[in-house]
Amino acid sequence: MAILVIAEHDNATLKLDTAKVVACAQAIGADVDLLVAGDDCSAVVDAAKQLTGVRKVLVADNAVYGNGIAENLGDLLVSIAADYQHMLATASSLGKDVMPRVAALLDVAQISEVVEVVSEDTFVRPIYAGSALATVQSLDAVKVMTVRSSAFDAVANDGNAEVVSLDGVFNSAVEFVSQTLTKSERPDLGAASVVVSGGRAMGSADNFAILEQLADKLGGALGASRAAVDAGYVPNDLQVGQTGKIVAPDLYIAVGISGAIQHLAGMKDSKVIVAINKDPEAPIFQVADYGLEADLFDAVPKLLELI
Amino acid sequence: MKVLVPVKRVVDANVKVRVNADNTNVDTANLKMAINPFCEIAVEEAVRLKEAGVVSEIVVVTIGPKAAQEQLRTAMALGADRGIHVETDDEFASLSIAKMLNAIQNQEQAQLILLGKQSIDGDNNQTGQMLAALGNMPQATFASEVKVEGDSVIVTREIDGGLQTLKMPMPAVITTDLRLNEPRYAKLPNIMKAKRKPLDTVTVESLGVTLKQHQNIVKVAPPAQRQAGVMVASVEELVEKLKNEAKVI
Repeated sequence: MAILVIAEHDNATLKLDTAKVVACAQAIGADVDLLVAGDDCSAVVDAAKQLTGVRKVLVADNAVYGNGIAENLGDLLVSIAADYQHMLATASSLGKDVMPRVAALLDVAQISEVVEVVSEDTFVRPIYAGSALATVQSLDAVKVMTVRSSAFDAVANDGNAEVVSLDGVFNSAVEFVSQTLTKSERPDLGAASVVVSGGRAMGSADNFAILEQLADKLGGALGASRAAVDAGYVPNDLQVGQTGKIVAPDLYIAVGISGAIQHLAGMKDSKVIVAINKDPEAPIFQVADYGLEADLFDAVPKLLELI
Repeated sequence: MKVLVPVKRVVDANVKVRVNADNTNVDTANLKMAINPFCEIAVEEAVRLKEAGVVSEIVVVTIGPKAAQEQLRTAMALGADRGIHVETDDEFASLSIAKMLNAIQNQEQAQLILLGKQSIDGDNNQTGQMLAALGNMPQATFASEVKVEGDSVIVTREIDGGLQTLKMPMPAVITTDLRLNEPRYAKLPNIMKAKRKPLDTVTVESLGVTLKQHQNIVKVAPPAQRQAGVMVASVEELVEKLKNEAKVI
């Protein structure tokens, strides 16, 4: 039996998350096929077929799949489910939207945010905002899962998989109205090797400019705590935490972030954590590799100078 | 029009849970319990739709132990009109919960089902989507804005990288994200009034759905603790360590 991985993309580029979910599939161990469902997405297919260890790339290229409508994508997945024992997607807004729907239509449970593969039917996933890790054994014939991509290392790009077209077109009563995506020159928060995040102590949206400079100098992404998002300093898609993005970069710099449990849940798997905070009691220092007790408005400009 | 709002009783968001001694579950005995924060946002949104004259009746439903009636009363104090309690001490997979909610929706025939995107205990983020699939209804997850227009609902959703707006016919399922609204506090007179609002208690069996076990919990363990590192005295020392010790810049 084989494993199907649903590719994560924006119709133009394949997200690095997909290469990490393919790594999770290989840890389960079986033939891995990739599904690229999108609209005018041939560039994505070209990237997808190069992922190491992928057997086939299934392509459903049609306008109905262009905006990630869960109903359309879900019905497409159900139509090919008979060939697969495992169906995996990134635990992204798309994967979380579609996969429970697919599982319900197949009358199986769904396993969310898998961080470790124990065996072909047993997986580890965080519960209670990462305060505990549950090891779950699936009793269902098909395992429908979302995968926390930050827990896996991406596979390489030296493959050349066969490309197969799917002709199923599934449409629903859901109508796409509009979409506004934040445009940024910086790397994607989930894929960046360096993340610079600011908290409520940044004080204003304007003050985030110094963190943007620091992120740019390090070639990294900008993040924020929920407090900074709630205060309106930055848009909500920059939020790192249990209810936002889960990241695990090589270097995470937390500036003016106290370290609430819900924030720590989103970044504690980073390889090196730096915390800059003027409160020596801030809980962020308990997870930081390097802590600096300082006023961020003194420390960050100096850091910019020295790096 | 009628709105159905499923809610869940969970450990209060401000309480830190610990894994029990035999590593089979988290220890929830004697912890403060509350209505799941995302469910509270769903109740608030239903109440605002009622205040705007769009909605005529709000029905809240919960599946859980006898004490879960407290959360139904909380929802009624915020403005829900009546409650349905499916009383059970068992824990169910999201799919089984969705099947029970679908049976209740078949009786209630609500036009809109509003529920939290996830509960903060299991962190599954599944029930709404599954209910939509079982009931053959369209879904809008992670809502940050909900507008009812005639027989349709227009929902703005928080997606990775931005916002997406979808329009769909009702009945529909909407799951709430953090920024949809800020729930009000219940006023004392409303808390008193909520005690007299109708609340039906039913059994799982009475819903007539076939449920099965989908998974075993093999174990529950605490996550690896990260060791605190060192405090550095200056920015210069920090940069030196990042360059030469951690080698990340």
